[in-house]
Amino acid sequence: MIIFVSYYTLLYKGGGNVRMLAMLTGVCLFFSLVVDLSRTIQALRIALRRFTKLLGEFALLLVLVSLALTFVSPQRITEYMQGPGKLIGALIAAVVGSLTYVPGFIAYPLAGVLHQQGVPYFVLAAFVTTLMMVGVVTFPIEQRVLGAKVALVRNLLYFFLALLTSLAIGIIFKEIP
Amino acid sequence: MKSKRLWAIVLYFIFLAASLATGFKPGIQTGRNLLDFAYQIARVLPFAFVLIGLFEVWVPKKTVEKHLGTGSGIQGYIWAIVLAGPMVGGLYVALPMAVTLYKKGAGLGVILTFIGASSLCRIPMLIFEASFLGIPFSLARLIIAIPLVTVSSAFLGGVLEKRGYQPNMDL
Repeated sequence: MIIFVSYYTLLYKGGGNVRMLAMLTGVCLFFSLVVDLSRTIQALRIALRRFTKLLGEFALLLVLVSLALTFVSPQRITEYMQGPGKLIGALIAAVVGSLTYVPGFIAYPLAGVLHQQGVPYFVLAAFVTTLMMVGVVTFPIEQRVLGAKVALVRNLLYFFLALLTSLAIGIIFKEIP
Repeated sequence: MKSKRLWAIVLYFIFLAASLATGFKPGIQTGRNLLDFAYQIARVLPFAFVLIGLFEVWVPKKTVEKHLGTGSGIQGYIWAIVLAGPMVGGLYVALPMAVTLYKKGAGLGVILTFIGASSLCRIPMLIFEASFLGIPFSLARLIIAIPLVTVSSAFLGGVLEKRGYQPNMDL
C-alpha cells in the first residue's frame, strides 16, 4: 500500500486519465485489502507474474516504437491524418487490424502512443476493434466451429460493424465533421 | 527466437550508446523516444496489472462457466455478453467456449453474440484499453459496438436457423 501511494504521488503529474486509473485501482485495492488480505496478496502475485511474463514483449515494443518514431516524425503522422486522409487512414487501420494478430497487451500501448502522435481516436477504434473482432489468422479454427461460409459472413459482418463503430466514435469525439 | 530477440535488444543499446558517444542525432532522438515511451507505459502498467489481478481473484472463471447456456431469448443474449467479460485470450479461447455453449443448447444468434462480445468486452483487455486510451474512449466503443453486434448477430443467427443451418462445431 505504501509502495502504491508513493508510486502514485511520484507520477501524479500524469494527465486526468492516469489519475482516474490510479484512483480506481487505489479504491479497489483498498476494499480488497479490507475484505480479504490473503486474496489481495494473491491478486498482487498474479499482477506481478503477468507483468514479468510480458516484460520481454514490452521491451521489444519499446525498442521498435522508439526507432519507428525517429524515422516517422509526429508531424508526418499528423499530416497524413488530416482531411480526407483520415477516412482512408481508418480503412487502412481496419484492414491492418483484420489481417494481423497482435495481443491486446501490445496493441493498446501502441495505440496510446499513436494517439499522442496525433492519430485520431476513430482511426484507433477501427484498428483495435477489427483486431479483436475480425480474424484472418484465426479463420482456420473458426471455420471448424461455424463452417467456412458462416465464418466468412461473420468476419465480413463484424468488419463492417467495426467500421460503423469507428465512424460513430469519430462523430462523438468530433473528429469527423 | 528468444535469444534472437535478446540480441536485437543488445544491439539496440549498443547503437544508442554509440550514438550518444558520437553525437549521432537520430540515435539520440531514438533514445529520447525510448525514455518518453517507457515513462508513458510505466505510469500506467502497474495500475492496469493490479486491477487485472484483483479482477481475476474476485471473479473466478468457474462460477461464471456454470451459467453457460442458461436462459433463452433475450436472457440468453444478456448472459452471452456477461459471460464474455471475465474471459482471457481472444478467439482462441472464445471459440471452444462457443462449442460448449452450442452443446448446451444455445442458439446460433447467442453464440455469434458471445463470439463478438468476447472480443469486445473482455474486462482484462478493457482495463488495458482504458489505461492507454482513456475511459471515455472505451465506454464509447462499448456503448456503440455491443448493441450493433448483438442485433446483427441475432439477425444473422435467425436467418441461418430458418434455413436449418447446422454448424460444424468440430473442435
